[in-house]
Amino acid sequence: MSEPLTHAGLGRELISFRIGSQEFCVDIMDVREIRGWTPATALPQAPPFVRGVINLRGAVLPIVDLGARLGLGQADPTARHVIIVAQVQNQIVGLLVDAVSDILTVTDDMIQPTPDVASEMVRTFVRGLLAIDGRMVSFISLDRVLPESDLEAAA
Amino acid sequence: MDPMAEIKATFFQECEEQLVELESGLLAMDAGDDSSETVNAVFRAVHSVKGGAGAFGLDELVHFAHVFETTLDEVRAGRLAPSPEVVKPLLRAADILADLVRAARDGGSVDPARGEASASELRAITGMEEDGGADDDGMDGLVFTPMQVSLPPIGDAPAGEPELDIAALLAAAQPDPAPEPEEPGGWTLTFKPKAELYKKANETVLLLRELARLGDVEVELDASELPLLPHLDPEGSYLSWNIKVRGPAPEGDIREVFDFVESDCDLTVAPIGEETEGLSADDVAAIASAEAELDIAALISRAQTAGSEPAQDSVGQGSAPEAESLTPAAPAPAPVAVAPTPAPAAEAAPARDSKAAAAAAAGATIRVDLDRVDRLIDLVGELVINQAMLAQRVNEAGLARASSVAVGLDELEQLTREIQDSVMAIRAQPVKSVFQRMPRLVREVAAVVGKQVRLVTEGEGTEVDKTVIERLTDPLTHMIRNAIDHGLESTEKRIAAGKNPEGVVRLSALHRSGRIVIEVADDGGGINRERVKSIAIEKGLIAPDAALTDEEIDNLIFLPGFSTAATISDISGRGVGMDVVKRSIQELGGRISITSRPGLGSTFTMSLPLTLAVLDGMVVTAGQQTLVAPLTAIVETLQPRRSEVHSLGDGARVISIRGAYVPLVDVGLSLGYRSEPLDAEQGVALLIEGEGGSRAVLLVDAIQGQRQVVIKSLEANYRRVPGIAAATILGDGRVALILDIDALVAASRGTEAPRMLQAG
Repeated sequence: MSEPLTHAGLGRELISFRIGSQEFCVDIMDVREIRGWTPATALPQAPPFVRGVINLRGAVLPIVDLGARLGLGQADPTARHVIIVAQVQNQIVGLLVDAVSDILTVTDDMIQPTPDVASEMVRTFVRGLLAIDGRMVSFISLDRVLPESDLEAAA
Repeated sequence: MDPMAEIKATFFQECEEQLVELESGLLAMDAGDDSSETVNAVFRAVHSVKGGAGAFGLDELVHFAHVFETTLDEVRAGRLAPSPEVVKPLLRAADILADLVRAARDGGSVDPARGEASASELRAITGMEEDGGADDDGMDGLVFTPMQVSLPPIGDAPAGEPELDIAALLAAAQPDPAPEPEEPGGWTLTFKPKAELYKKANETVLLLRELARLGDVEVELDASELPLLPHLDPEGSYLSWNIKVRGPAPEGDIREVFDFVESDCDLTVAPIGEETEGLSADDVAAIASAEAELDIAALISRAQTAGSEPAQDSVGQGSAPEAESLTPAAPAPAPVAVAPTPAPAAEAAPARDSKAAAAAAAGATIRVDLDRVDRLIDLVGELVINQAMLAQRVNEAGLARASSVAVGLDELEQLTREIQDSVMAIRAQPVKSVFQRMPRLVREVAAVVGKQVRLVTEGEGTEVDKTVIERLTDPLTHMIRNAIDHGLESTEKRIAAGKNPEGVVRLSALHRSGRIVIEVADDGGGINRERVKSIAIEKGLIAPDAALTDEEIDNLIFLPGFSTAATISDISGRGVGMDVVKRSIQELGGRISITSRPGLGSTFTMSLPLTLAVLDGMVVTAGQQTLVAPLTAIVETLQPRRSEVHSLGDGARVISIRGAYVPLVDVGLSLGYRSEPLDAEQGVALLIEGEGGSRAVLLVDAIQGQRQVVIKSLEANYRRVPGIAAATILGDGRVALILDIDALVAASRGTEAPRMLQAG
């Protein structure tokens, strides 16, 4: 599912963050702000990875437990957890992660293609891999992070 | 946007208003109102459209408007009675005029054949020649053709000997082909402007010039009231004119010239006396010229003796800014010295006049960009939330109710509420703007299906949020089409049934318990339940053996893919009608229901929220979660006793309220906030009434209180959630969900709801 990467040769900035023992990153241009965890209002009949909604200065912001979305198990959020407010297409969504670790400046040639693995999650979300100081960071795409709206038809 | 485009945009906005005026006037005439006020309003609307169109060189529009106007003029003059045979073509012409205006605005085009057909229809009723009567050509250019007046520029005229004058001007303004001098008729006018007339940027010279086009004009300036310069109010009005207009022009035309200034001047119009009959146009001009010069000379000499140098100066200064206005707001008529009038100024002036008059008539209004209003509403919404949060913090801090902080906060709450109401009122608009589109629709649909239809509208002044109004047009259009196409019987059938051959479609709006209720009713045959049922069975929408009540059968027409028309007509579409209507009404937070009586007709009733932004809600808790139930749906709250609650079948529960069994919906359970049913005695029951009058009881853990909440969309960043209408933000800053009561009840009713029939 990895898209062809554009801006060859130009540096791009990524925000890297941690969920459990794994490290991920997203394009910094998709990130609006980063804020601490506040309890969310649960939504009925939501998939397990949707924690609910919070008030972001008057807007209703859905919170996606990114770990649960990526199949790494549900988080047990504490005040130390972080919400990355990101723009996904024309919606704003909050991503619950363990911690934000770094801002990486990379060029496209540093992004390695995703190896063929069986994991559905990898095929859906991972656009490429980065080797940073011996750590592996997965570059993920947020396009599919919200649940598909076909649930609406089933309702 | 360049200034011209801006003016043009304003013109088109005004056109829309004029067209509305036109249509409502014509409809009033159609309904038998032939008062001169109505007829004049209609005439004025067409005239203004024509005027503006002329200024922008929209020839097609001008041409059609001219024919239209000429016909209306006949009506206005009483030569043509506003009978249905006359008004119907006028209505059609109004439709075409509207199309032409829109085509001119959006760059489209209107089939010239349609315009021509309507134009010849109009000519036919007036018996007019192809190019209109000769005297109408005068009308044609009346306002908008700039007159070239060659006079020496003001600077060249020595201040001491004013050369210019009204008379010369008027002489120059004489229409080229002089009206037949033997025409005996004519009018004597006295025209005395008030200071307000000048303040509204009207120019007497333009009025006089317009008069000059109606016939031979003899103008006499009366400057007798002009005080000496030291006593002169530079913005006062001291001059008046005695005018004689000779020619066949009717009184209405004469008054029309003063249409926009009528309230700002003293005007008398009387048939001309016999004594001045013999004068020729030249004599008139000569006399006027002599008199005017005389007066001015006298004035100047008075001014010089009285004020000497300063007076001279003030005359000189006054002349510069006023150079082309001819406005005697400056001290003396001397500055009247009119430079050759540039064409654009002459064209703009009438537009200004009409604008000023329109503004005066409609009270003070401003046009505001909708985005700004919406931004304001958003901000006020935030203010309300913040105020509530602050109140909660103060409460938590344990301050006494009587402390100055708490009292101040109470006042703030009142203010906030008032600001919110006022801001919401800005967005509220009468439903008239939607309703007034319908008469045309009815005419067109009726013509296509060949039925006689009369549309009756009621409660057009009912106000509702602009967003609601905008999104009402499509469903209403659909419903009215349906009412005419399917609801009303054919003329023959109506006659056979002993009904008036003319069917009536009634569109009404009213406020009821914080919502707006809109009804579309027809007096047709009502829903043919047998057929509806057999079609539903045929299409597999219901089981063949389903036992349905009449109400349930009626509601089958809201199912997707249902169409009763034996032949698909191009009017009502392909059976995608009523379910689309229902969905769009539901998206607005509204409900739609139908009642039908065989032989008497059907009524569709829509109930919609007044605004999409705030809601009066009851804040409740269910399974740890705070929820808001719309107050409008709640009939009463009660504390259920265990003895009143009965289990029915597998898991379902009913509660007995004053002897009637009502289904019990456990909110926490149905939203998945709790896994075990709540013991009814531990909770609080809300008796609610859904659309269509069906009752249910919602069981919640506790009631926290009543509050007005600002509605926030869940769908903007997430998606639609079943059972939830929207979200809001409570005083503690947390998000609470607003219940969609009907959806909750429908879901718990399972197979009872028609919506579910299709799924099962």
